[in-house]
Amino acid sequence: MSSDLSPHDSHQTAARHDPVYDELHASPEFTELRRRYRSFVFPATVAFLAWYLLYVVLSVWGGDFMGNKVVGNINVALVFGLLQFATTFALAWLYSRYSTSKLDPLARELDERFVALSQKGGER
Amino acid sequence: MDHQLLTAILFLSVVALTLFITIRASRNSSGTADFYAGGRSFSGFQNGLAIGGDYMSAASFLGISGAIALAGYDGFLYSIGFLVAWLVALLLVAEMLRNSGKFTMADQLAFRMKQRPVRTAAATSTVVVSVFYLLAQMVGAGSLVVLLLGIDKTNTLAISAVIAGVGALMIVYVTVGGMKGTTWVQIVKAILLMVGSALIVVLVLAKFDFNLSELLGAAQSNSGKPGFLEPGLKYGIDQTHKLDFLSLGIALVLGTAGLPHILVRFYTVPTSRDARKSVLWAIGLIGVFYLFTLVLGFGAAALLKGDKAADVAASSGNLASPLLAEAVGGGGGSTGGAILLAVISAVAFATILAVVAGLTLTSSTSVAHDIYNAVIRKGTATEEEEIRVTRYAAAGLGIIAILLAIPARNLNIAFLVGLAFAVAASANLPAIVYNMFWRRFNTRGATWSIYGGLVSCITLVFFSPVVSGKTGLDADGNVISAALFPLGVDFHWFPLENPGLISIPLGFFFGWLGTVTSKEPAAEDRFTELEVRALTGAGAEQAVQH
Repeated sequence: MSSDLSPHDSHQTAARHDPVYDELHASPEFTELRRRYRSFVFPATVAFLAWYLLYVVLSVWGGDFMGNKVVGNINVALVFGLLQFATTFALAWLYSRYSTSKLDPLARELDERFVALSQKGGER
Repeated sequence: MDHQLLTAILFLSVVALTLFITIRASRNSSGTADFYAGGRSFSGFQNGLAIGGDYMSAASFLGISGAIALAGYDGFLYSIGFLVAWLVALLLVAEMLRNSGKFTMADQLAFRMKQRPVRTAAATSTVVVSVFYLLAQMVGAGSLVVLLLGIDKTNTLAISAVIAGVGALMIVYVTVGGMKGTTWVQIVKAILLMVGSALIVVLVLAKFDFNLSELLGAAQSNSGKPGFLEPGLKYGIDQTHKLDFLSLGIALVLGTAGLPHILVRFYTVPTSRDARKSVLWAIGLIGVFYLFTLVLGFGAAALLKGDKAADVAASSGNLASPLLAEAVGGGGGSTGGAILLAVISAVAFATILAVVAGLTLTSSTSVAHDIYNAVIRKGTATEEEEIRVTRYAAAGLGIIAILLAIPARNLNIAFLVGLAFAVAASANLPAIVYNMFWRRFNTRGATWSIYGGLVSCITLVFFSPVVSGKTGLDADGNVISAALFPLGVDFHWFPLENPGLISIPLGFFFGWLGTVTSKEPAAEDRFTELEVRALTGAGAEQAVQH
């Protein structure tokens, strides 16, 4: 059963602690992984939320600007809305590329080290 | 053959197909990891489809296209919030939740906190959000099926039977099929929904030589409303409406990643990388789908005239897509029209079934895993006992939902969907985000943010115009109540219909306040473990090997 593999039982209180995690946490690879993760997702989250809020605010308070025609019956409001779709797709794609090349190799390495360390701990 | 008979036959086919899938899925299922998380063995693509199936409710399929058909551009505003929200799930929640949790939202919080208070809080909020959402879906299902089958609106028995039937089906999916059955129902629904709406979209665009500008022009002139293509018809009336939309927009974008029935889907894949892939697929699917609704909504505004347009307005927009399907199939009375109308109606029906099944499974899992096993039995229940209690809970919650939905069928409860998103954003998201990123966060912080967000949401909505005081006009121009309470009862003092603008900051504030007023060293120590596990997957729950 899968729960036997996990180092703790989720129904216990939060008191138990596995020292293997401390070791991994202190490693330079983990610090680097966390830095890389945060340096992407924090600015990206702020940026897309700000971009979305700008759109919402312009939609309700920027009526004249949003009503300007761009091509034919297509106005600024529609272009702005479709741009939200485009930026969402683009950011998702960027994150996918970034995490595959910058995050996954480090995460895999640390996970393998965890398996090795836990087995060693079990033999002691 | 008339379209109502055809619709009824297709409805029954959807029921037969989903039941067949559920029974097949139940054969190869044993233990809690199978029952709650589908053995964690779905691929990223499969789970992406299932997320789409779980998320794209009848409210978004029929509701958004209907809102665009009636209010033009303002209907489109919803879909953007619903889509952008997935970036929160992708960047901050999906992978870390997969690595650090097990079956429920509470698992992830309980990882480093005192089990019983945190699980009780998280399970309460899970059940409240799910039941609100469920009630809105079931009442919607009742009126929708009645509309699509052409049953008379005053036929109480038939409407009650439809609601009870939908409720009974969802209980069967969940108790028999567990997560595997529910996931396959959602996958099938997502495929039906995408193929069905793509077909109508192509037929609509073909009428305008695939020229979007012409479609928009026709929609504008046929609607007879000058500002139809610009924001403002629905939310631009006055400052209160504008603030209300801002409040809704924030709740939509922050609520999705806190919806329990969405969160549990991340547990059904083998690794956090698959969880990421599933969100990427979901973003693609949901994004394309909302682009479809844009064409469907403006298409309905452009192509439906006279009686049909009046029918759309009388159904608050819900009939826009089905009637558009009939129109592009050749119009009322034609065979093509009857077939397409029946197909789209069946797709809408499948949509409802998949969403209610996901909601029922999520809330009953939380009742059994968090409340029964962790809180009542202190973690001593066996897997068999836990699953048995989940089945009882699914049946119990399903029956409660049926009993509440039948008397509520004539009430205005569409606000419950918005309320579910607001609670998810105010109560669940602060706890999840703090837990992942704030070492100091502790048990009191978690319970305070959940209860604080939950109570402030419900209190504000209770004293808002959607519960008492909102009025509207019926078809004959008489003033009627558009609120939960009848005309004449008015105790509202909170001006906005959507509480998010106030309650989301309150949820975050209570989480902070609870944390800094309490010292809990264990929660901080275990943060080290949570952080390593969330980012690397070290020690995460494994997929079941059959």
